[in-house]
Amino acid sequence: MTRVSRARAARALTYLSLVVASVVVLLPLLVVLLTSLKSGKEMANDSGALQLPDNPLNFDNYVTAFQDGRMLSAFGNTAFILLFSVTGTVIIGSMAAYAIDRYTFRFRKPVVALFLVAALVPGVTTQVATFQIIDSFGMFDSRWAPIVLYTGTDIVSIYIFLQFVRSIPVSLDEAARLDGASAFTIYRKIILPLLRPAIATVVIVKGITVYNDFYIPFLYMPSEDLGVISTSLFRFKGPFGAHWENISAGAVLVILPTLLAFLFLQRYIYNGFTKGATK
Amino acid sequence: MPDTTGRARPPRAAPAARTAHARDRAPRRLRLRRGLTPWLFLAAPLVLLITFTYAPVANMVAYSFTDWDGVSPELNYTGAENYVELLTRPELFEVFFVSGYYLAASAVQIVVALYFATVLSFDVRFRNFFKGVLFFPYLINGVAIGFVFLYFFQDGGTLDSVLSLFGVHPDRAWLGTPVSANVSLAGVSVWRYLGLNFVLFLGAIQSIPGELYEAAELDGANRRHQFRYIIAPGIRPVLSLTVILSVSGSLSAFEVPFIMTGGATGTETFVIQTVKLAFQFDKTGLASAAAVVLLLIVLAVTWVQRRLVPDDKVDLV
Repeated sequence: MTRVSRARAARALTYLSLVVASVVVLLPLLVVLLTSLKSGKEMANDSGALQLPDNPLNFDNYVTAFQDGRMLSAFGNTAFILLFSVTGTVIIGSMAAYAIDRYTFRFRKPVVALFLVAALVPGVTTQVATFQIIDSFGMFDSRWAPIVLYTGTDIVSIYIFLQFVRSIPVSLDEAARLDGASAFTIYRKIILPLLRPAIATVVIVKGITVYNDFYIPFLYMPSEDLGVISTSLFRFKGPFGAHWENISAGAVLVILPTLLAFLFLQRYIYNGFTKGATK
Repeated sequence: MPDTTGRARPPRAAPAARTAHARDRAPRRLRLRRGLTPWLFLAAPLVLLITFTYAPVANMVAYSFTDWDGVSPELNYTGAENYVELLTRPELFEVFFVSGYYLAASAVQIVVALYFATVLSFDVRFRNFFKGVLFFPYLINGVAIGFVFLYFFQDGGTLDSVLSLFGVHPDRAWLGTPVSANVSLAGVSVWRYLGLNFVLFLGAIQSIPGELYEAAELDGANRRHQFRYIIAPGIRPVLSLTVILSVSGSLSAFEVPFIMTGGATGTETFVIQTVKLAFQFDKTGLASAAAVVLLLIVLAVTWVQRRLVPDDKVDLV
């Protein structure tokens, strides 16, 4: 083979691999979308998973998922938890980062080590004991349990904030201090506004984590009224049993907001995850 | 958080003079206040950190030496009995073999992610589309993924339909036998987490200065040389981070198998077992011992990794 034809073959293989990967990723999702548009009768006829739906605008399953599957209240609960835990994470993380970076105080190193070591403890391992603590605070089966857990155990966001606080020149703080600003004013009026890019990163990464989390709401909020999207969708397994058209509609409903967020925020999402994971 | 320092401070009187004064011979009260300020900011983060990370770890270690059921006020100290039970009852230990499937899957996942990251860091048509497609599964809700793949492996579901297009009629329950179920579930994990590894690798490769490739090309290096001598060393820190994430992820696999099979047909993982022991069978003591074992393994893996690949970028202090 000549060099040129070999290069061409390599290029073709590269594209082939990319196309195969895309099919592997997209096909299972597309089939679920197709299934969600089929009627119960079509499903019963066993027409095969790849068959197109008779009526592509049949949204009955979505109505069922919304009403019987309580997806509306699930989205409400998720939004509530999302709002409080994301805000909490931003406040807690930026305060900790500000104190650690801008002050030299006794026990500073041990405090930093405390945050650092905590990042090594995987959350799933400690829930047996965390459960008892949440329970003793009377927060079990309330929306506050996931909120305090998401807010209180997020070490990654502290790292992200720390990197950014460090890049803000100290001379800004000093100038403000000369003008008589208190530590809190400096934090609120100078540090927080300049942290905007870091806040965007944390909001995105944390938002996606909270939206998708299953483990914590599953353990701490068993009542049906408190279902978030993960747990409400999980409950589809019971009543809808083998009604794949309804289950699929639920899954599509849950995936759709993520897809929209991803399409609009692509660049920030990539950056956020690279920053979040490597810190 | 309330700003107590602000309240105690005199209203903006001759700021410059006051700061100079404070710096030279700060009166005790002021110095105390200065020393207190960082703690006002740290109070809430530290209280949360200790309450929800360190207290549970300490309690868990304590519970692991008892026969507590998690509810009754009574608990007896049983020494190392729980640990002995964990190590000697083979059915409790079996779950570690299941992690083997996930571990093997992560090896595949890392190689595939590395391949696509390398390919897509060079000029390729529709690059952003392929990037998005490969990464997107990582953002999808775990329960939705579970359902998507339950249907995928369903008898007459997506996989069977696709195979029959090629004239293959395997006619089997993919989640029916332990080996095929575990392979299927591990495959779902690869599908789900590949994107994260891919994006991390991509970021690392793109942070390598472009001149390096140009210089290498002038010296007659081909793609394979470039990968071997420029990309591989350049992404070593991220690669080693990915390896720990994969090992601890494989040991603590939970969502995909729990949602899809609930741990049936030999797909029970360590975390599923722990959750069941603690919250279904009320064996808090035994579950705590299991969790301590998992925690120790994860810490050990992290420690070994830090020894093997010293990371000079841990510059938090």
